[in-house]
Amino acid sequence: MKKFDKKLLIPRLKRFFFGMKFSDGFIYKFTIYILLISFSYIYLYPILYMFVNSFKTVDDLINPGVKWIPTSLDFENYARAFQALGFPGSIFETTWYVLKVSVAATVSAAVIGYGFARFNFPLKKLLFGVMLATFILPSQVTMVANMLIFRNLNIMSTQWTMLLPAISGQGINAAIFILIFYQFYKTIPAILMESAEIDGASQFKIFRSIALPLAIPSFIIVFLFSFVWYWNESFITALYVGGQITLPLKLQVFRASYEALFPPGTPGAELNEAIMLAGNMVTIFPLMLLYFFAQRNFTQSIDRTGITGE
Amino acid sequence: MKKKQKKPTRRLDLKTKFAQPLARFAAWREKVRLGYWKHVAPFFGKIKHALNHNFILRVEHQQIKLFGFIKIALTRKRLNAIYGFMFIFIWLVGLVIFTLYPMFYSLYLSFNEAYYNLEQGVVTSFVGFTNYINIIRSSTLLPLFATYIGKILISVPLIIVFSIIIAVLVNNPIKMKGVWRTVFFLPVIISTGPVLTELMAQDATSLPSLQSSAVFNYIVNNLSPWIANPLASILNSMLMILWYAGIPILIFLAGLQKVDPALYEAAAMDGASAWDRFWKITLPSIKPLISVSVVYIVVSMSLFVESGGILDLARTHMLVGAPDSAFWHGYGYAAAIAWIYFILMVIMMAIYARIFSGKRKDR
Repeated sequence: MKKFDKKLLIPRLKRFFFGMKFSDGFIYKFTIYILLISFSYIYLYPILYMFVNSFKTVDDLINPGVKWIPTSLDFENYARAFQALGFPGSIFETTWYVLKVSVAATVSAAVIGYGFARFNFPLKKLLFGVMLATFILPSQVTMVANMLIFRNLNIMSTQWTMLLPAISGQGINAAIFILIFYQFYKTIPAILMESAEIDGASQFKIFRSIALPLAIPSFIIVFLFSFVWYWNESFITALYVGGQITLPLKLQVFRASYEALFPPGTPGAELNEAIMLAGNMVTIFPLMLLYFFAQRNFTQSIDRTGITGE
Repeated sequence: MKKKQKKPTRRLDLKTKFAQPLARFAAWREKVRLGYWKHVAPFFGKIKHALNHNFILRVEHQQIKLFGFIKIALTRKRLNAIYGFMFIFIWLVGLVIFTLYPMFYSLYLSFNEAYYNLEQGVVTSFVGFTNYINIIRSSTLLPLFATYIGKILISVPLIIVFSIIIAVLVNNPIKMKGVWRTVFFLPVIISTGPVLTELMAQDATSLPSLQSSAVFNYIVNNLSPWIANPLASILNSMLMILWYAGIPILIFLAGLQKVDPALYEAAAMDGASAWDRFWKITLPSIKPLISVSVVYIVVSMSLFVESGGILDLARTHMLVGAPDSAFWHGYGYAAAIAWIYFILMVIMMAIYARIFSGKRKDR
């Protein structure tokens, strides 16, 4: 057995706590983890609150002693929320509509980004600047005139009001999508395209058979983001399309539709916070699912926009 | 042995199971292909024919012929320009129809009194700056604008500092980096207007300890409303404001990962402490990214529509407004509100971008 050396104890402890250069010692790491955990608790508090409270019964909601762990899981809240939100029809309706718009936005961004990245034309810098500037223009500034345009085109209250801007690269955050594609096409070596050109391929063929297959990762990122953003957009969608086409819009009138289903006065059917929160959970659940399957694509998106330089 | 015998039969099963849909898909594809050649391709062919067999415009021998005598040689540069405009054509059209025209038309409307009626469309009458003056005089809108300005001015530095702290923490050599990134990006995915409104209504967006603290009460009771209102609204929705940090955190993380580790080593060799290294290396290297984040934060904060907020009021003015209504003033008034909002937003963005990147010129 090795003899325990008292003299070595203090240096060893010192090394354990402070490490070779402090930043690999125990204290440093411990502090960082504690900080991260507490920050993420603060950060996720609303979600946790929503999740926990959506399972609470009325008794638990009133009882101040019950904060984080409900005495019993009440799935009745979810059943009611499902009914009030019109499941399962509404989720397919929402997904179908958002899918259409976000595919349109993705494809148009791919084409436009290629135009900016590959070709030199007069006014290119100006137009590119304008394209980036459209990001800061809130849709509320243009809504007054856009309503009139859509009325004149006779497409008010149809999905074309969202589809047409998306197709022409003017939809929600379209500037970011175009920028992602632009940065990606810039990284493809021009020699690849030139050799195809020498072999007699037309520009459209080069775009279709070289640029597009290489850009699939960008497609995924842009599609995911546009899906999420179009799903979450409620102001413009409510104004132009209306008719509670997406789940968030249905959520806005949750109280009314709930009271139509369960008239006030019916025993045990009062709308309480738990049911409201269950409705919220249901609305964000599809996006959460998407996020947990594709979170890598989401978190790598910033590197793709190339705003960090080089 | 039994397993080995089973597998092929199962595979065969799958094959027979999918054989029919696959065959149907192949038939459908063939149909589409034939349909393309039968209906669509001749159309393109006709266009091509028309382009080459007319008097006005003709492409032959690497040159474009206009009216038979103006010849434009198709140099590589010109071809590039033509193809470039072809690719961005749809964007140009969209820009004019859905962005530029509405922008200037709403600017025009904001100097008019404009109402919509079914027979004549929009009826406008020029009133000059009346709409803007009315907004400044309005007792509901002016405090809202003040609160909006205060909110943005206070919360932008808050978000920037918070996201830099988180980014620096996550950038340390820790385990499960991906998990932390996932956690801090989650709010971007789920922050939709109605959900945020509901969370705010239920007081889930502020920390209970913060709200009941003496500081909070002191602020609300003792300061004048123009500064107390934004402060209170920020403290009340503290967590929601921090939620805007989702994308800035990623921006700063991406910036931090670009920093050369040799720089830190060299600084450590020369005896710089971790504190020095943060201020002298980390912060300067992510400084250019701060203005990008400011732009993103201001835009995303401004686009959030509170019920009863400025944008909500603008919408109601637009939709409900009628010449005989005493409260709702129609399209022109709504356009003026939106324009003031937009200009304030750009001014604040410019101020912060200037503050955070102003020192770069000195170096």
